[in-house]
Amino acid sequence: MYSKGLAPLAAATAVTITTAFTLVFFYAPNDADQGFIQKIFYVHVPMAIVALGGFVAGGVFAIKHLRSGDSSWDLRSYVAIHLSIILGVGVLATGAIWAKASWGHWWVWDEPVLVSFLVVFLLYCVYYPLRFSIEDPGRQARYSSVFAIAAGAFVPLNFVAVRMAESFTHPRVLSQTGGDLPGDMRLTFLVSLLGMVLLFVTLWKLELTAKHASMQLKKLRNRARVAA
Amino acid sequence: MPALPLDEAGKYVAGAYVVFVALILVYVAIIGTKIARIEREISAIVAAEEDE
Repeated sequence: MYSKGLAPLAAATAVTITTAFTLVFFYAPNDADQGFIQKIFYVHVPMAIVALGGFVAGGVFAIKHLRSGDSSWDLRSYVAIHLSIILGVGVLATGAIWAKASWGHWWVWDEPVLVSFLVVFLLYCVYYPLRFSIEDPGRQARYSSVFAIAAGAFVPLNFVAVRMAESFTHPRVLSQTGGDLPGDMRLTFLVSLLGMVLLFVTLWKLELTAKHASMQLKKLRNRARVAA
Repeated sequence: MPALPLDEAGKYVAGAYVVFVALILVYVAIIGTKIARIEREISAIVAAEEDE
């Protein structure tokens, strides 16, 4: 059901990410200001964009669940949020490494970009205790969906905060007028972003497949128990 | 702050990319373990049905 097209998708992901890493280290020039350390940008920023996109996707799937009552949409929402939290851990870790190298501190509290992402991340950490504190599957799915929609609507605020931040350390790199990235850096960034999107979709389908198989197995076990 | 020299910056860049790769590998390993467990349980159910 969920595993359809997983193999070619995984292959496309592997090729795109390998291409992205090759471009990062052999094609994109070193940044004039930050030097070689700016290479972290190509893994940190795509991961952050995809994580935030995954949170919003979780909200959209939750809307579909509440509208249709189909629990498969709740599963899609849960897995999207779960994966986004994992990517969020990566964003915070790579961001801290970049901050230490660039600013001399692992974390800077007066930087709105960092703090707003942390707020979103901590908000979604609440999703797990909320979801797993409810035993009834129907109620669990409904309450989780309501949370996913409310939190998903909050995520764009984080994006707006990033766009409004005028800090020198987080310049606007992509905009309708072209942004500040030179062509070779922009191409490398876009390939990295595509690789991250494909990675997210591949892992999302993989976890959905595993969860679906686990649920089918549970049904099979119950049926075998009743028959015995 | 001025740009770090390549030998020092390289450690941070390598660290960031290792974090990313490690995160994905750990995740895939966990999912792989789950799938292997499901496969074992399905085999056990099939074997039990065949015995009957």
